[in-house]
Amino acid sequence: MTCELWRDKLDAYLDSECSPEELAGLEEHLRACSACASEALGRVRLKRVTQAAAMRYSPSREFRLRVKKAIQPKRRPIWAVARMPEVAAVGLGVILLALGLTLWVRHAARERALAELVDLHVATLASANPVDVVSSDRHTVKPWFQGKLPFTFNLPDLQNSAYKLIGGRVTYFEHSPGAQLIFQIRSHQLSVFIFQDRPEMAPVSVGVTVSRELAFNTEIWSEAGLRYVVIGDASPPDVHELGELMRNAR
Amino acid sequence: MAVVDPSGDTGSFEELAMPLFASLYNFAHWLTQDRAQAEDLVQETYMKALRGFSSYRQGTNFRAWMYRILRNTFLTTQAGLKACASLSLDSDDEATAPSLHETPEAVLLARVERETIQKTLEELPVKFREIILLSDLEEMTYLEISDTLGIPVGTVMSRLSRARKAMRQLLASKLQGALR
Repeated sequence: MTCELWRDKLDAYLDSECSPEELAGLEEHLRACSACASEALGRVRLKRVTQAAAMRYSPSREFRLRVKKAIQPKRRPIWAVARMPEVAAVGLGVILLALGLTLWVRHAARERALAELVDLHVATLASANPVDVVSSDRHTVKPWFQGKLPFTFNLPDLQNSAYKLIGGRVTYFEHSPGAQLIFQIRSHQLSVFIFQDRPEMAPVSVGVTVSRELAFNTEIWSEAGLRYVVIGDASPPDVHELGELMRNAR
Repeated sequence: MAVVDPSGDTGSFEELAMPLFASLYNFAHWLTQDRAQAEDLVQETYMKALRGFSSYRQGTNFRAWMYRILRNTFLTTQAGLKACASLSLDSDDEATAPSLHETPEAVLLARVERETIQKTLEELPVKFREIILLSDLEEMTYLEISDTLGIPVGTVMSRLSRARKAMRQLLASKLQGALR
């Protein structure tokens, strides 16, 4: 079979839709033909990149609740039910279900938002030009954002710290512009995202929230109408220390 | 009202449908390219599905059923009719597009940013965009896609192949443009 015919089967191969016979034949060919193996690798990578890029739009919480309310069955009036203990049990169940759903929705929204920011962080570090303003001087980086963002923020003085400012870029999250700052500590690079803290943004707990997302360490807090997120593969103390530096920046 | 879904779970319409909400919204937004239209489309889909839930056949694929309703609803909108008119849906079995002027994809992908992929998806005809989203993002099997789009599995394979080829072609032209 020619390479062209094998390549016609590559889509089914990367979608795991090949028959066992086709799979065996194709894998044997890929081991022997570097050109087709390279083509297969490229297509697998394109599928993965597409999957990450296509998860782009999120419904607002208000819209989700509106639809959820619209599809909920209409309940009978409470006075139509004779046995009050059962009514109480059902009522309690409904409250617990609503509470559970609310917590689940908040948790899911938070997980999704963090995953998206991790994607942004990874994509930035993988880029040939990770930052648009390249400078370790906070007095160069901060003014660069003037006119590009509808808010301003302070950057810390890093002279006596182990951190180094690499630069920054404008990024977008949930359809709003924000700042992405890249810092370095030893061989680790960390992103600090800053966005306006809008009510429709995915919720976070009040105060500082530290968590792990896809093995990255993250720290999130809100302050003065802005939402800050630190993400990196550095240790939790390193991530926290950068968060402290940002919080104390004047 | 409760039914058995393909995975064997039982549940009310709300229990089965709400976990699909974010995915359906994302798909609707990709189809309409507009937040307000996507919200209208999703809301109408849920109301139609709720009304038709009693006719939903037990043991069939609930996810594919919801996506099919959304897509059929989209096709009746102005944007959907326009998308249909711009490209014949019967052309799947015609000769495939001209061969690509392909650069090595490993080099291409190293330069492609997330935004470029999104822009490329936006520029694809709707019938190519939707099948790539159903396969690559929703990870539907060819059988599920066949059920969702109402086309034979063979057509799913040929359309998906042409869609991906068109996407690679668009990406390649973008890269060449960027290097000029």
